[in-house]
Amino acid sequence: MNKELTKYYSSGHSACAGCGFPAIVRTVLGELKTDVVIANATGCLEVTSTLYPYSAWKAPYIHNAFENAAATISGVEKAYEALKKKGKIKKKIKFVAFGGDGGTYDIGLQSLSGALERGHNFLYVCYDNGGYMNTGNQRSSATPYGAFTETTPTGKESFGKIETRKNLMEIVNAHRIPYLAQANVAYLADLKKKAKKALETDGPSFLLVFSPCTNNWKFPTSQYVNVGKLATETNFWPLYEIENGVHKLNFEPKKITPVAEFLKTQGRFKHLFKEENKPHLEEIQKLVNEEFARIANLCEE
Amino acid sequence: MVLNFMNKKNKKVALTGGAAAAEALKQIEIDVMPIYPITPQTTIIETYAGFEANGEVDTEIIKVESEHSAMSAAIGASSAGARTATATSSQGLALMHEVLYIASGMRLPIMMLVSARALASPINIHGDHSDVMGCRDSGWIQLFCENGQEVYDKTIIGMKLAEKVKLPIMVIMDGFNTSHSVENLEILETKIAQEFVGEFKAISPLLDTENPVTYGAVALQNSYFEFRIDQEEAMRTVEAEYEKIAKDFEKISGRKYSIFEEYKIDDAEKIIVLTGSAAGTAKVAVDNLRNNGEKVGLLKINLFRPFPHKKIAESLKNAKEIIVLDRAQSIGTYPPFYSEIINSLYGNGRDAKFCVSTGREIKSYIYGLGGRDIFQKQIEDVFLGKIEGGYIK
Repeated sequence: MNKELTKYYSSGHSACAGCGFPAIVRTVLGELKTDVVIANATGCLEVTSTLYPYSAWKAPYIHNAFENAAATISGVEKAYEALKKKGKIKKKIKFVAFGGDGGTYDIGLQSLSGALERGHNFLYVCYDNGGYMNTGNQRSSATPYGAFTETTPTGKESFGKIETRKNLMEIVNAHRIPYLAQANVAYLADLKKKAKKALETDGPSFLLVFSPCTNNWKFPTSQYVNVGKLATETNFWPLYEIENGVHKLNFEPKKITPVAEFLKTQGRFKHLFKEENKPHLEEIQKLVNEEFARIANLCEE
Repeated sequence: MVLNFMNKKNKKVALTGGAAAAEALKQIEIDVMPIYPITPQTTIIETYAGFEANGEVDTEIIKVESEHSAMSAAIGASSAGARTATATSSQGLALMHEVLYIASGMRLPIMMLVSARALASPINIHGDHSDVMGCRDSGWIQLFCENGQEVYDKTIIGMKLAEKVKLPIMVIMDGFNTSHSVENLEILETKIAQEFVGEFKAISPLLDTENPVTYGAVALQNSYFEFRIDQEEAMRTVEAEYEKIAKDFEKISGRKYSIFEEYKIDDAEKIIVLTGSAAGTAKVAVDNLRNNGEKVGLLKINLFRPFPHKKIAESLKNAKEIIVLDRAQSIGTYPPFYSEIINSLYGNGRDAKFCVSTGREIKSYIYGLGGRDIFQKQIEDVFLGKIEGGYIK
């Protein structure tokens, strides 16, 4: 494998074929200009990269627990500051934390909020696959409306998840950090640019990256890029960034594809195409339109 | 090591137990200190924040948003290679519970001052040992203090011990009784304290980017067990290391701290076993009863984890009656200290048989829950068998 690509995260990890996060990790870390220390929340990325006595990490790495990647990297970063002050360390080091949506939107939200508010010099990357995939597909607050998960199963009385997704970008933006962006593993050139900006930021930065899950979204392993592309082409997952408070849309589809085209690629939404669930399908299209309009509006201001 | 405890430079100062802890942390140059407020621990972090405000320390203080994050950041800082300390009490310690095991599993020598306090519900901010007993199996060294002087001294001893054996340590004072009581105590010259503890040299720190390591790996059925055994083996070295370090500390301070303190037990027929601030009161009770001709004594435990079973069994071997006073319950079974004393006297451990007791009376009492005071008269009554029912209320 390409030596540059595997500089920090080697081949031989045990992530599923067709999983998005290896490309996310490599693309983000590929933009580093300095040494790095990585913290990782419990989750798929962690368990598939650190099975003792092996480790896929070629940079210093710490996994602490599920909810505390941001607090952990806070400690590492302050240790760096302390030892630098004492002249025990001279080189520049950047600090990067990775977490899934469960470890970021849900159980790790407080820890992330605290670290952002304190202004540590770190990048937090959330790879969002819309659920607790490491424990076998349970709903998180990032799971989309209408999705089947093992804790929002479909049935006579259920069309899947009844709540809409939590808007994490808005929450993170409320901390007024210098740089945050929403990206998608299917748009690596865009992710690369954003990673570069995020890593060059002095202070906290945040990337929310769409990461299709072949196993639990139920699509063939060969299709993760296509599924990811459709998410953005349908405006289900707009690409945008907020730099010093200024919103910028990074991709505007020339022709908007109906969200159903994205949904029908995945088994987790297949029940929505039954006649009785038509209103829910319409509701999803409405939600997508509204959210995209809201973001587009902010970007025009 | 310089014998300088007669040196006039060893200042006498009036400090609360909390401030005494902060003073020791300042002298041993903590690199990183994640802090979060909770009563009755705040005397420690407020004093320390004052040092920062006056430019007296170089410590990076991280004012985190919860105790869970305090311990999580401490784990990050310690694994990065920084000398790291924090402080907590009660609910805060309970909130840290998950990550306490991660700190010890990663073998990180984190110093944590605990101002021990009751646990809710009902909520109560006053002293007892429920919080620290709740994490007695978390793989941390637990060192109890009787008063402010001990807090200061054991923070210094404890930091050196933790870094030597690569295990985290709790230095425990009684909430309010010790943390908020002002006492006259003697502090070392900073240079002497610093030289005693030495510089922290982490093994494979995260900040050594030339030699990258992975902390917090997944270990399955084929390796997890061995990691756990290694941790136990490390804990088994603590008793001897503590004694060595305490002996060196005696040389620079003139103050002696054994793993437990024997007070008038040589010819004692009845011995009370306890720890913490009540020991001072118990010593007065012992003196008073001895003036009346009663052969009584006191065994004050300093080191609770690891528990020095064998040495305690030896120490208690001639007592006809042993009375164990716990400041915590273990609801549904015998209280923690009592269980350990029973283990000491009747245990048939892996090292050797140290069962030296048969047919003696070993009584259990619980006292002081939620900050309830314990008085000299009550301790005398316990010695004299005048209190029944297992509670000193």
